[in-house]
Amino acid sequence: MRIAVFLSTLLASAALCGSASADRGADLAAGEKVFGKCKACHQIGEGAKNRVGPQLNGVFGRRAGSEDGFKYSISMARAGDDGLKWTAETLDAYIENPKSLVSKTRMNFRGLDDAEDRTNLLIYLRTFSDDPANLPGAEPTAQPSNHDLDPAILALEGDVEYGEYLASECLTCHQADGSADGIPSITGWPDEDFAVAMHAYKRKLRPHPVMQMMAARLSNEEIAALAAYFKALE
Amino acid sequence: MRLNRRLFLGTSAGAIASLAAPAVMAAAHGRPRVIVIGGGAGGATAARYIAKDSDGQIDVILIEPSRTYFTCYFSNLYLGGFKKMDDLGHTYGALAANHGINVIHDHAVDVDRAGKTVTLAGGASLPYDKLIISPGIDFVDGAVEGWSVASQNSMPHAYKAGSQTELLKAQIMAMPEGGTFAMVAPPNPYRCPPGPYERVSMVAHTLKQVNPTAKILIADPKDKFSKQALFQEGWGDHYAGMIDWIGPEFGGGNVSVDPDNMILTIDGEETQVDVCNVIPAMKAGRIAEIAGVTDGNWAPVNAIDMSTKADADVHVLGDAADQGDMPKSGFAANSQAKVCANAVRGALTGSRVFPAKFSNTCWSLINTNDGVKVGATYEATEDKIASVDSFISQTGEDSALRKATYEESEGWYAGITADMFS
Repeated sequence: MRIAVFLSTLLASAALCGSASADRGADLAAGEKVFGKCKACHQIGEGAKNRVGPQLNGVFGRRAGSEDGFKYSISMARAGDDGLKWTAETLDAYIENPKSLVSKTRMNFRGLDDAEDRTNLLIYLRTFSDDPANLPGAEPTAQPSNHDLDPAILALEGDVEYGEYLASECLTCHQADGSADGIPSITGWPDEDFAVAMHAYKRKLRPHPVMQMMAARLSNEEIAALAAYFKALE
Repeated sequence: MRLNRRLFLGTSAGAIASLAAPAVMAAAHGRPRVIVIGGGAGGATAARYIAKDSDGQIDVILIEPSRTYFTCYFSNLYLGGFKKMDDLGHTYGALAANHGINVIHDHAVDVDRAGKTVTLAGGASLPYDKLIISPGIDFVDGAVEGWSVASQNSMPHAYKAGSQTELLKAQIMAMPEGGTFAMVAPPNPYRCPPGPYERVSMVAHTLKQVNPTAKILIADPKDKFSKQALFQEGWGDHYAGMIDWIGPEFGGGNVSVDPDNMILTIDGEETQVDVCNVIPAMKAGRIAEIAGVTDGNWAPVNAIDMSTKADADVHVLGDAADQGDMPKSGFAANSQAKVCANAVRGALTGSRVFPAKFSNTCWSLINTNDGVKVGATYEATEDKIASVDSFISQTGEDSALRKATYEESEGWYAGITADMFS
């Protein structure tokens, strides 16, 4: 079941009274507790500094890979150049499965499956971001979360032969031998990482106009076929 | 599962063929044979994919006169000083060694569609089961009054890369201080829609360093051009006051040249110029016309497999094809080649044929680390290759994105050339 409460919770806290405020307090407290999973690497709040991961004050509205003084992975820096910006929607997708948005991210975290945990965590993180980005009305992605991928889609068995044909279109830019000169290598990937990345492009969560366009016309079966082919390509 | 590359060292192909499933089309000469005329983005890709994916079941002959192929894409970057001519040259050895393709460096001079043979300048007559013609472009005779290929040394087109490109660069470097570089831009449709305007950007980049008071004059028969807003923004930002674009409203379509005296006449007004880059109207490479598969300047094709309307066993790829919505570009030719290769293989060996999907992206460089792009996806309909979706870079993008776009174009160049020649 999907629990899409982020926007409604924020709006409720602004517009309603009594129980809604109490709920928000509970969400905040719950979010702080969830943040316990992040604390080993990320600091937040007064005096927060970059450690294993970047400090997270002001993360809402920040361009990916742009925190001064933090050395990001090539993949994260590229995502920022491509236009990835941290919003409620993109952070939610990233926390759910970091590799969906940044395939070779150094964030060594397998993701938070529970949508309510993610929502509470975002409400907590949001309290450390400045105006106007933390005003509910200023958040441009005020949509119910809909990026949870149906596990049945990820479980599809890919048709490798069809994948080989479809892959020929990828190989105009991404090299078959895995070389990466300005365009990332896509060979030898775990098929699930490949599939979540393509689905993130398809739903335009992950920025890049060429990749969004290429992914947009691929069916779930075609993405599975490509993932199966590239996994096998040496 | 591991998919590995097979090395073809001459002797293996026959053995593989005898083990493979029987060919659907058994020609008199044994294995079914595909002849590909033209070793550019369309032809080299088609030959490579058919040979690679058929595991020796199909005899592939590639006919290409040049021993070293210089890509037209990225040749503007040579004019701008970003690439060396050697960076643009590619050879065909790997296609023979890795995939068993019979590469013949000769000109195809005739096609007998009834007898299904191709005649080479050297005299040989080669039978085929399927013929793929990917000849690129030739110029329409008399398209620019006063210009012919006989005058291309005085007024280079530099629209087939190689010696012409080197000549144009040498002329640019020899311009007198404050001199004029003129371009006669082509009418639609033509190879590489943003190409003339990327070229202007690259020439301006070079002149700004070596001859900053020089001027650039463009006479253009089109009232708008590819990536116009992006180029014009870039020209204003980087080369202010240097570039003068004269569209048809001001006579840009009414042009004649005098190559002996280096005079460009626009709408009756003569201008003495120092370099004149004449890019005439284009048509399909002549062998397509000789084969009798053209209608007017181009060869009409069926979108589903790039076969010609005139002959189901003759396919035309890339610039020479009249296919619908795709631009004439190396990327597009490479994309069409894969659809064609899949269909030809299916027809000859019974392998699976998948739905036609096409795509294109064209990158252009405006200045150092200032790259832009435009692209689209396409599908096959009854009538044509039809556009499905598209995007274009935006004006006002930040420098990090423009730099990433340029780096991406270099990645694409490495990718497509590996996809053609490795």
